[in-house]
Amino acid sequence: MPRTARKQQPATEEETGGARPFWSGTLTFGLVSVPVSLFPATRGARSSLRMLGPDGQPLSRRYYAEKSGKDLDADEVVRGFEIDKNKFVTITDEELERLEPEKTRDINLTQFVPADSIPPLYFERGYFLTPAAGSQKAYKLLAETMDKNSLAGIATFVMRGKEYLVAIFSEKGILRAETMRFPDEVRSPADVGLPKKKPATAATVKKFERLISSKSKKQFSPTKLADKQTDDLLKLVKKKEKRRGNVVRVEPEADTDNKVIDLVQVLKKSLAGKK
Amino acid sequence: MAARAIWKGQLKLGTTKIPVKLYSAVQDKTVRFHILDDKNKARVKQHMVDSDSGEEVPNEEIQKGYEVEPGKFVILTEEDLEKLAPPPSRDIEVVEFVPQDEISQQWYDRPYYLGPDDGEKEYFALVDALNKQEKEGIAHWVMRGKYYAGGLRPVDDYLLLSTFRDAKEVILADQLAKPTGAAPTQKELAMAKQLVEMLKGEFNPKDYKDEYRQRVMEFIEKKAKGHAPRLKPVKTKRQTAALDNVLAKSIAALKKEKRAA
Repeated sequence: MPRTARKQQPATEEETGGARPFWSGTLTFGLVSVPVSLFPATRGARSSLRMLGPDGQPLSRRYYAEKSGKDLDADEVVRGFEIDKNKFVTITDEELERLEPEKTRDINLTQFVPADSIPPLYFERGYFLTPAAGSQKAYKLLAETMDKNSLAGIATFVMRGKEYLVAIFSEKGILRAETMRFPDEVRSPADVGLPKKKPATAATVKKFERLISSKSKKQFSPTKLADKQTDDLLKLVKKKEKRRGNVVRVEPEADTDNKVIDLVQVLKKSLAGKK
Repeated sequence: MAARAIWKGQLKLGTTKIPVKLYSAVQDKTVRFHILDDKNKARVKQHMVDSDSGEEVPNEEIQKGYEVEPGKFVILTEEDLEKLAPPPSRDIEVVEFVPQDEISQQWYDRPYYLGPDDGEKEYFALVDALNKQEKEGIAHWVMRGKYYAGGLRPVDDYLLLSTFRDAKEVILADQLAKPTGAAPTQKELAMAKQLVEMLKGEFNPKDYKDEYRQRVMEFIEKKAKGHAPRLKPVKTKRQTAALDNVLAKSIAALKKEKRAA
């Protein structure tokens, strides 16, 4: 992902500091409005490494002017769209905000669909929705109604300079938004150019069916394997920490956003209506 | 034009191996901006600086560290990181199968189509078998120096392999508690059910367009020609009313819409 696109990406837990909701807005269905807060449903990777200087001092990425070599502050740079090679059209935050269609400022659930009818290739990232003070009853009404009827609500809305297509799911009384890719961002097998189907022999299909049956489980238990790399990294870190040779100490950063925050605790508090 | 395969491997189910090619199933259409120097509208460069002094640190002096506690870093060398990389393999091992609606949407990260590379008959036989049994396979593999776990599903006549997020990254509803506060009444629940039933339909992705992306692109094109329209600030409206009242009004409004259609 190019760095220049950072402003457009949904923030992760680290960027929001975790404790603050990353968006507050209103969920609507019919004329009912439910003020809600959005929190990421994913924690940052445990294995992320920091860039350090030769003496272990933490580093930051900075923009600088190529000609003068001078560092540039946030108010000295602008956003530009490359309309032709090396020809840019600049666009301000204010312009982007004013281009937001009015109807998409709220999460307006215009359609409800069977919850298991959306193909997985649409899903991008999950966010929990928590009710704002005073909206618990309307929140519960929507959650219970969707859960009982196995429905997901569909909406589009604009947040932080990007339009999102979302599906809202209800699980255990809690609403969760899954951002989705727009249809023109999803390829079909024909777009990819996969070869035409060749008929399979009944005997081979049967062989695979038997194999599938013999290895079937009723429930999905998240596989630990993908985390092996992280576990190995943490083991090595522990080992090196004991040996002390590769450890540096610097003044801890005052920046509160870098504090480790327990997102689960933050979510629990927010669902219980506590600040 | 046919897409290019990004990786080659083989699906391993028990003792059967099916050669496959991986293709990205998505293409990001987000409008990308460059960061420019406001003074001369020239592209800017990036470098790493000491967070405190602002002094530039050249690339060859940069090291990577893991913060074990605030201000305490364990340095990991390039050699360490190479050793941590999993041994390369071409096997996508399918270890078990679960019902297709069993895996929460939260797990899915990036989707890839698998195309047959050789042995097309076995490939399409597996698609048929997964479709008949309505199952999704759980697979793991190593690709470009990284472990992956993912779900293998049939999409029409083909196989889709979606990578999963790391188990420790995902927060599940099980770990949380229901919101507190007053419960809705039976009457409100009945009306809400009626309301969602009226808005119920099939998921049809073609109904949704990124209108904002279109508006931004149109504006950029006009601005490039030197006549950007004046943009007005956006107003937001809010309304508050009793829940059952609003529900009744919503149902009435939708009924009227349906009659008019």
